[in-house]
Amino acid sequence: MSASGLAQIVLYLVVLLLLVKPLGGYMARTYEGQPTLLSRLLGPLERLIYRAIGVRAEDEMNWKTYALAMLLFNGTGLVVVYVLQRVQGSLPLNPQALGAITPDSSFNTAVSFATNTNWQGYGGESTMSYFTQMVGLSVQNFVSAASGMAVLVALIRGLSRKTSETIGSFWVDLTRSALYILLPLSFVMAIVLVSQGVVQTFAPYQTATLLQSTQDSNGKAIVEQVIALGPAASQIPIKQLGTNGGGFFNVNSAHPFENPTPFSNFVQLLAILLIPASLCYTFGKMVKDTRQGWAVLSVMLVVFIPMLSLCASQESHAPSSITSLGVTDAMSALAPGGNMEGKEVRFGIANSAMWAVATTAASNGSVNAMHDSFTPLGGLVPMWLIQLGEIIFGGVGSGLYGMLVFAILAVFVAGLMVGRTPEYLGKKIEAFEIKMASLVILVPSATVLVGTAIAVVVGAGKRGVLNPGPHGFSEVLYAFSSAANNNGSAFAGLSTNTPFYNTALGVAMFFGRFWVKIPVLALAGALARKKRVPPSPGTLPTHTPLFVVMLVGVIVIVGALTFIPALALGPIVEHLTFAAGAK
Amino acid sequence: MLIQLRTAIVTLLLLTLLTGVAYPIAVTGIAKLAFASRANGSLVVRNGRVVGSHLIGQSFDDPKYFWGRISATSPMPYNASASSGSNLGPSNSALVDPSKARVDALRAADPTNRAPIPIDLVTASASGLDPHISPSAAHYQVPRVARIRGLDEARLQALVDALTEPPDFVLIGEPRVNVLELNLALDGLK
Repeated sequence: MSASGLAQIVLYLVVLLLLVKPLGGYMARTYEGQPTLLSRLLGPLERLIYRAIGVRAEDEMNWKTYALAMLLFNGTGLVVVYVLQRVQGSLPLNPQALGAITPDSSFNTAVSFATNTNWQGYGGESTMSYFTQMVGLSVQNFVSAASGMAVLVALIRGLSRKTSETIGSFWVDLTRSALYILLPLSFVMAIVLVSQGVVQTFAPYQTATLLQSTQDSNGKAIVEQVIALGPAASQIPIKQLGTNGGGFFNVNSAHPFENPTPFSNFVQLLAILLIPASLCYTFGKMVKDTRQGWAVLSVMLVVFIPMLSLCASQESHAPSSITSLGVTDAMSALAPGGNMEGKEVRFGIANSAMWAVATTAASNGSVNAMHDSFTPLGGLVPMWLIQLGEIIFGGVGSGLYGMLVFAILAVFVAGLMVGRTPEYLGKKIEAFEIKMASLVILVPSATVLVGTAIAVVVGAGKRGVLNPGPHGFSEVLYAFSSAANNNGSAFAGLSTNTPFYNTALGVAMFFGRFWVKIPVLALAGALARKKRVPPSPGTLPTHTPLFVVMLVGVIVIVGALTFIPALALGPIVEHLTFAAGAK
Repeated sequence: MLIQLRTAIVTLLLLTLLTGVAYPIAVTGIAKLAFASRANGSLVVRNGRVVGSHLIGQSFDDPKYFWGRISATSPMPYNASASSGSNLGPSNSALVDPSKARVDALRAADPTNRAPIPIDLVTASASGLDPHISPSAAHYQVPRVARIRGLDEARLQALVDALTEPPDFVLIGEPRVNVLELNLALDGLK
């Protein structure tokens, strides 16, 4: 990796970490109902919403009511997005007269956006009307993220309260997440993005006369270029901040209208990890021990930084099949060098690798380069980060609740080693908690492996594959990993806009989201009911470097044992044959 | 449960009005006031005609122009209403074909130039619409374009240097040359 690449990575991490405390503290105050900077402005609106929906801010729920409210809300969203896609042809704001979307694709996209996955089975500019993007998809970007944050806050309350039957109100947590956190950040970021050239217009696509004419695949002369436009700038910020990742355009943040400059790239990259990282501090604040939050954030960084280094170094070299043509992949002050297939010049290698690692560590799934064209090990990194269960930063809310489940598992394993009843933050961890934690870890993993196995034996699954050999297997494995863990990025060569993949991946997304959220809420309810046990000499402190190492160990071992056999069939064997061929 | 369902529907409706209607309209309003040209797609207008966008590349294969990245969009390259990368994997033999064709075309158009070709000039971009090439990729093409247009190489090199954008804030991103802007400037030279 070049020196400038390294400097950009350091700059990125420093800026990110500087923002953790202010934003994390602000979010903690928001969830605890304390006055903040924006209370005067947004407080009246918040109270208006409560009055209209008939809830009182102080009315709390037990975990079952909380889960029911969450399911009904996300279910309603799913139905609305499905219907909007089916009838978009007769709705306004459709200057390109795009017709109804097929039932299987509509189902897939509805599940995808309601589960915060934002898998794109479709190409935005050639499929979705402005109305569908704004009123359907953009809204789900906000509310699916807010719903994830709400569940996290409920789990944190479970840990911080004692002998309590309730874990908060879903409606209040949802409203506060959207109103005080996601909306103001998105608004500011949208204006910054427009200043960089991200489009924001309701005008129809623009026709331009080409300077030099070209030909289409049938040899017909083409003298014009039809430039897709749309209200993108309002959707991109929430796509990143809410770890959604569904692009306005087909190629997502690689599209020059979605991500026009290195600075817009920096801002979006920051937005990907901003809330997941800051929520660690929010967690520390709410359990009244900020060291706990920093410990969890350290675990994330300990996994993140080596993965980033591996990906960036692998992408710094192009395949020998290209360089042997008399082509140079050398990096210099005047050339990006490296594996530039599927990457944009303005971003180069460092920013493409940073993005690939950040978007898959978080369950974001937006891309600024095509992961399918990454080198074998460069592409293994994003895939494995997804398979770890989207807990290295992870989705907004969902990443940290997943990580806290792993922390519970880690104290359990530590307790087994020394023969003591494990406890986390003063809560005894017993059989029910471990059962729920196991569900959270096993359901997505099983969905990935079973889904991949089915897809590579049935004809409908195999027909979608673009690249031959082990790389084709990687495409399928990546797709199910991405869907079941609600990431949404892809090895995009796989043709997934087919009834088989739309349905199979839709089901995978659904399981991966709700069969994690429900056990997490059950866990929150069980923990809230427990007494707090005072720390004893036998208590394992969970803010120390020792615990950080222990937790990293548990995550890596679970992730490795579950997925290395599958990875060996895809990227690892591809890397070995690739390296052998290069000699 | 029915009460919860009603709450769910009304909440979604209100949040839709807020985040799906009011928010994008407010952003559009401010965008049109403060950054009208950028919000509308950074269009390039020559003699009253839209000839492209500063941010969207165009296909060039005439030796008298600078060439950009390979574009994998279909049915024609640089299709700005259907962005796409090639998605070809590194071990796929099909990955080499477009690169090899581009190398051959570059060599045929400039047989005396034996310099190694910068990689961004022979690989497909992620979007299929990349408007930029690296300064190295532009420098590589200077002798060819100068010869065909009968221009002084030093003068053309100076034009490329003038149109080279440094990384943002010195550090962020890569240096780059906008191919459409360079070719428009080229046609304006005399």
